[in-house]
Amino acid sequence: MDLKEKLVSSFMAFEGKIEADDELHAIRSQAIKNFENKGFPTKKEEAWKYTSLNAVLKNDFSVFPKKENSIEFKDVKKYFLHEIDTYKVVFIDGVFSSFLSSTTHDGLDVCLMASALTKPKYKMVIDTYFNQIASKEESLTTLNTAFALEGAYINIPKSKVVEKPIEIIYFSTGNEAALMVQPRNLVIVGENAHVQIVERHQSLNENPVLTNSVTEIFAQKRAIVDYYKVQNDVQTANLIDNTYIAQKQESRVAVHTFSFGGNITRNNLNFYHQGERIDSTLKGITIIGDKQHVDHYTLVQHATPNCESHQNYKTILDGQSNGVFNGKIFVEKEAQKTDAFQQNNNILLSDKATINAKPQLEIFADDVKCSHGCTIGQLDEDAMFYMQQRGIPKKEAKALLMYAFTSEVTSSIKIPELKAKIAKIIATKLNVNMGFDL
Amino acid sequence: MLKISNLHASVEDKEILKGINLEIKAGEVHAIMGPNGAGKSTLSSIIAGNETYEVTDGEIVLDGEDLSELAPEERAHKGVFLSFQYPVEIPGVSVTNFIKTAINEKRKANGQTEMPANEMLKMIREKSELLEMDRKFLSRSLNEGFSGGEKKRNEIFQMAMLEPKIAILDETDSGLDIDALRIVANGVNKLKNENNAVLVITHYQRLLDYIIPDFVHVLMDGKIVKTGGADLALELEEKGYDWIKQEQEA
Repeated sequence: MDLKEKLVSSFMAFEGKIEADDELHAIRSQAIKNFENKGFPTKKEEAWKYTSLNAVLKNDFSVFPKKENSIEFKDVKKYFLHEIDTYKVVFIDGVFSSFLSSTTHDGLDVCLMASALTKPKYKMVIDTYFNQIASKEESLTTLNTAFALEGAYINIPKSKVVEKPIEIIYFSTGNEAALMVQPRNLVIVGENAHVQIVERHQSLNENPVLTNSVTEIFAQKRAIVDYYKVQNDVQTANLIDNTYIAQKQESRVAVHTFSFGGNITRNNLNFYHQGERIDSTLKGITIIGDKQHVDHYTLVQHATPNCESHQNYKTILDGQSNGVFNGKIFVEKEAQKTDAFQQNNNILLSDKATINAKPQLEIFADDVKCSHGCTIGQLDEDAMFYMQQRGIPKKEAKALLMYAFTSEVTSSIKIPELKAKIAKIIATKLNVNMGFDL
Repeated sequence: MLKISNLHASVEDKEILKGINLEIKAGEVHAIMGPNGAGKSTLSSIIAGNETYEVTDGEIVLDGEDLSELAPEERAHKGVFLSFQYPVEIPGVSVTNFIKTAINEKRKANGQTEMPANEMLKMIREKSELLEMDRKFLSRSLNEGFSGGEKKRNEIFQMAMLEPKIAILDETDSGLDIDALRIVANGVNKLKNENNAVLVITHYQRLLDYIIPDFVHVLMDGKIVKTGGADLALELEEKGYDWIKQEQEA
């Protein structure tokens, strides 16, 4: 039985196990139907032209973990921002771990999607937000919707400035020979509220994992959301991240995506504007090698006047790795005075690495500022010579240059401990110790 | 100290240097002048080891050691410093962190331990004061957003920190206003002693009012065609290069 059949046939059993009200049941049934019709995306689809899931889908994934697993905090401490206090929503093989988590209902909700989906007191919020901006067409998103249960539920009330970051971490233990998980996160940030969130998916051994994650984020008027995705997984881990963000007027949402590892990583990042003077930031650093594959597929839908979007993606590819950047900016007729900026710079360190970069601008308004720039190159020889002339050996000079190349992205990380962690990962990826914190 | 003999070099099969002979002794200041495209910057790049150029003949010897086979960083560790005409911007790496790395790499290459932090700080303070640099400047990203004058001042600051045997100043005067020129020249003069040497590469005589050369060489079409004292620079400023060309052809 292939994975699609396995998923479709296990849907009934899944639905039978959980309590779901009629609305939810209708949403799920519709979603599985859509997936059943469309199946997994293939390279024949324009959106998946450069990324093939074929080899990954050949694994015999378990779609429900057989048993609960536990992990000692000390063994996974390094994956957390352990130097500071944070809220934590942690999952092990797709199942919530209350032991590793630190949730709250005190003045804000940082808790479980499973409770929110099943407990009556959350019903109004779920009816208002759940599956409202996630695609009802895109097959992987609908697959996730069909099985949506475990994940983080974050609801920040009006004017609340969350004083510590929230970490959402999904661990895979490898207890299953091959595991597919489908986390579903819902984040609602009220008017004038401010929150910082870090999301991470981490395998703890080499057994194959396929994560098909969906996150919906709603930023109300003047809300500020800083969202960080840390992707530094093992070489047998595959991640499809589908993130949908709806912004109300004057809200500011920034998503930073750090892709340093994994086998296939696909980031579908979608911004929808629903008010004026909105600011959206999409930034990313990709540093990969071997046969790793990272695909950034972004969409910013400018639907309202006077909004800004800023995209800046930096990619360094070594070995036989593949990078894809497909950035779509859509400016609707009503979206006058849009200021949309997109930049994508790529460095190829090896003859066998490839990058496919495709900016797409579709503009229907006549008074807008849209720009995009894309570069593909090798390391700047003049800069190398300059540093070597100052006595810095080739390897270190190269690392410094690559670090400098990524600094437009690292410089806007708002959590100092995360910034230090990212710098450390970059130094490790570049295999250098500079004697100072990069 | 530095001896260049019969140096030929080319880039993409085009010969740029056609037999340079130059000897610089410790304690001396030499200037190389010449029209655009004469090969001045090529010569400085080649001494520093830039691999873009192919040395086809001749040798460059520093204190009895042939530099030909050495990488740029190895030459730097042996005391070659080149102040760049166009210093490179390195965002995210501060001036202080960059110079610390450069100094400790040099010490490591010469079998020394890392410079203690307090000693480093003291040295950074002294040398930055010498070049009248603002403290804030030191924590900024290297050359990023620096004005032309700041970049050149930062080059001489690094030179002061690295204490080279031979310092090559490639068009250091370009982009400098008169105050910055004075500060930079003053810095170079203070660093100058009987154990090191300076090679000034310039198109104009202006800098040589402040850094007085012992010898002035005229480089034209890949060769040194005339050598004189400081007076020669003044003469070139006044009369241009055509008379030398005519003298050559005669």
